[in-house]
Amino acid sequence: MSSPATPRKTKLPFGSFLERILSKLGLRGRTLVIAIPTLWLFVFFLVPFLVVAKISLSEAMIARPPYSSIWNWDDGVLNLTLNFGNYLFLLEDTLYFAAYMESVKIAFVSTVFALLIGFPMAYTIARSPDSRRNILLMLVILPFWTSFLLRVYAWIGFLKTNGLINAFLLATGIIDEPLIMLQTDFAVYVGIVYTYLPFMILPLYANLVKLDDALLEAASDLGAKPAMTFLTVTLPLAVPGIIAGSMLVFIPAIGEFVIPALLGGPDTLMIGSVLWNEFFSNRDWPVASAVALVMLAVLVVPIMILRKAQAASEGASQ
Amino acid sequence: MSETQTNIAARPWADKDATPFIRIKNVTKKFGEFVAVENVSLDIYRGELFCLLGGSGSGKSTLLRMMSGFETLTSGSIEIDGQDMAGVAPYDRQTNMMFQSYALFPHMSVEKNIAYGLKRERIAKAEIKQRVEEIISMVQLDQFATRMPHQLSGGQRQRVALARALVKKPKLLLLDEPMGALDKKLREETQFELINIQESLGVTFVVVTHDQEEAMTLSTRIGVMTDGEIVQVGEPREIYEYPRSRFVADFIGSVNMFEGQVKEDADDHVIISSPDAGADIYVAHGVSCTLGQKIAVAVRPEKIQLSKARPNNARNILKGKVDEIAYLGNLSVYQLLLETGKRVRVTQSNLSRVGDDAITYEDEVFMSWSGGAGVVLQS
Ligand SMILES: Nc1ncnc2c1ncn2[C@@H]1O[C@H](COP(=O)(O)OP(=O)(O)O)[C@@H](O)[C@H]1O
Ligand SMILES: [Mg+2]
Repeated sequence: MSSPATPRKTKLPFGSFLERILSKLGLRGRTLVIAIPTLWLFVFFLVPFLVVAKISLSEAMIARPPYSSIWNWDDGVLNLTLNFGNYLFLLEDTLYFAAYMESVKIAFVSTVFALLIGFPMAYTIARSPDSRRNILLMLVILPFWTSFLLRVYAWIGFLKTNGLINAFLLATGIIDEPLIMLQTDFAVYVGIVYTYLPFMILPLYANLVKLDDALLEAASDLGAKPAMTFLTVTLPLAVPGIIAGSMLVFIPAIGEFVIPALLGGPDTLMIGSVLWNEFFSNRDWPVASAVALVMLAVLVVPIMILRKAQAASEGASQ
Repeated sequence: MSETQTNIAARPWADKDATPFIRIKNVTKKFGEFVAVENVSLDIYRGELFCLLGGSGSGKSTLLRMMSGFETLTSGSIEIDGQDMAGVAPYDRQTNMMFQSYALFPHMSVEKNIAYGLKRERIAKAEIKQRVEEIISMVQLDQFATRMPHQLSGGQRQRVALARALVKKPKLLLLDEPMGALDKKLREETQFELINIQESLGVTFVVVTHDQEEAMTLSTRIGVMTDGEIVQVGEPREIYEYPRSRFVADFIGSVNMFEGQVKEDADDHVIISSPDAGADIYVAHGVSCTLGQKIAVAVRPEKIQLSKARPNNARNILKGKVDEIAYLGNLSVYQLLLETGKRVRVTQSNLSRVGDDAITYEDEVFMSWSGGAGVVLQS
C-alpha cells in the first residue's frame, strides 16, 4: 500500500516540474487525489455555508443586500454584532416548528411509500434476465430526461378535479362525484414519491442484484418457505440498500418546495416553502438563512445514517 | 463381475431383491432445446456414497438439482424412499444439499447458519442448541462457532456447509463438488473425513465430482456421465478394471488403447490382430463378437512389465524404444515408441534404488502383459 503513493518518475519536463512544486507543498499523488474533491467541497459547500451562517446572524434591513453587516470597522475598533434574534424568532413563532415537523412527517411517509413501491420494482429488475434488466433500468431513469417541472405539471393534469383520474373513475362508475385530490397533502405525497422513486430503486437494485441465488436455494433446501426465505435472507441482506435508498428519498424530500408549491394546498406547510417565502416574498434573508441552517441540523442525523450504511455495504462487498 | 461376492449386506446393488432407496427412471431434462440430462435411469441404495462423475457440462449438477427439487423434470420420475418426488417443493423434501459455493448466509454466524434449518422445523430451543453443538464439535469448529463466514478459511467454510446440511438429519445428502474449492492436500484429508462422517451417520450421500481420483476414493459406486447420459455404473474397481467403453476407459485413469480386428474368437479367449501394436493381442476372456469385427483392447500402464531381455512366458510381447521417462518418486512413467509409431505408456513402481541394469533413454525394451490384463472394448 505504500509504494503507489510515491510519485512515479515522469519523462515530461513539465510533469516533473509540476511534481516538484506540488511535492514542495506537501502534495503527493495520493494527497492530490483527495485534495481535488476537498477543494470542490470547500468552494461550493463550505464557503456558501459560512456566508449563509453569517447572514443568519445579521439583521434584516431595507437595503441592498437586505441585511446588516455583522462587523464594522470604526476608528480602529472592530465591532462584531452577532444577532441571534433570528433563531429565537424561529422558536417563538410556532409556524416554524410546525413546518419542520410537517416536513419530517411528509418526508417520512413518502419514504415509506417509496420503499413499499420501490422494493418490489427493484427486486423484479434485479431478478429478471440480463437482457431485460437494462431495459427496465432505462425505464426507471428515463423520466430524468424530461424536465422535473414538466413532470410535476403533468401530475396536475392527472389529479385535478376534471383531470384524467377523475374522468376515468367517473366513466367507470366507481365514483359519482369527482375526488378532490389536487392541492391536498395527498397530491404532495404522490408528487414526492413519484419524483424520488428512482433514488429508492437504484440503490436497492444495486444491492439486490448482488444477492446470490444459491443463498435463496440454500434457505429453501433447509426448509424455509418463500416468505420465510424473504424475511430471513433477502431482507436482512438488503438492509444497506434499504437505508441508502430511504435516506436518498428522505433527505431531499424534507427540503422540497416545488412539489408542495405546485401540488399542495394552502394547508400544506413544508419548511422548503417557508424558506422560499421568507426569502422571496418577505425578503427576510436573515430569517431565511436561519431556517436553512436549522434544516441542515435536522438533516445531520439521516446523513450520518446514510454514511454508515454506505460504509457498511462497501465493507460487506469486499 | 469376477469379484467374489462376499458381503451382500454391504453391497445391496449386488442383490437383485434389494429395494433401492432412490429410483431414477428415464429422467430427461431440457433447457429449451438443449438436453442437459438424457434418459437417465439409476438406482441408489440406502447408506451408499454414490458418486456422479463426469466432465464439466455433462449434466451432473442438473441431475443432483432434480433430486433436491430445484429443477423440474422434463420427463421421467424420481422416487426417494418410496415417494414420488414430482411436485414436492425443496423445502418439503427430506433431502439436504451442500452447495458447490457453500452458500453460507453471510449475515449469520457459524452457529446461526447451522441452526437455520432446525429453526424451520418445530424443534425446542434447547434441542436446537444441543444438536448444533454436537455437529459443531463433530466437524471440529468449536472455536469458530461465533465467527462470521467471511472470517473463515475455505476448509472451515466447507465444514460449516457440511454441518448445516447434516444437522437436519436428512434421509439423503446431496453434495455438489464438495471439495472443488479446496487445495489438493486439504482435499485428500477431507475425503477421508467425509467417508468417516458418512459411515458413522449412515446417511445416503450422492456426490457430484469431476475428479476421478476423488470418486475412486470416496464412493461405494460411481456413475460415469457424459453428454447428459450415464454411460456406466459400478464399483470403483469394476469401473477401473472393466470399463465398458473407450470413453470410460480413457476418462478413468490412463490407458493404452490398441485398435484392431477380431482374428480368432474362442470360448475362453480372443485374438485381435492390431496394426497399432504391430502384433496379435491375446485376451484371456470370451467376448461376444464376430470375426473381423473392429474392436479395441485397453491395457492399463501399470499392468505392463518392462524388461531388457525378451520374457519367455508372456502372452503378449511388444518391442519398442524408450522415448521419455518421468520419475515420480514412488513410480516411474515410461513413454515407449513402437515400430508402428504408436506410443505406449508404462508405469513401474520403483522397488529398489537405481540398479546397474536400469532402463534408460533410447534403450530397446520388451513390454509384456498377461492375457488377463487387457480389456476388449466394443463401443
Ligand atoms: N438453468 C440452465 N439453463 C440453461 N442451461 C443450463 C442450465 N443449467 C445447466 N445448463 C446446461 O446444462 C449442461 C449441464 O450442466 P451441469 O449439470 O451444471 O453440468 P456439470 O455439473 O456436469 O458440469 C451445461 O451445458 C449447462 O450449460
Ligand atoms: Mg456442476
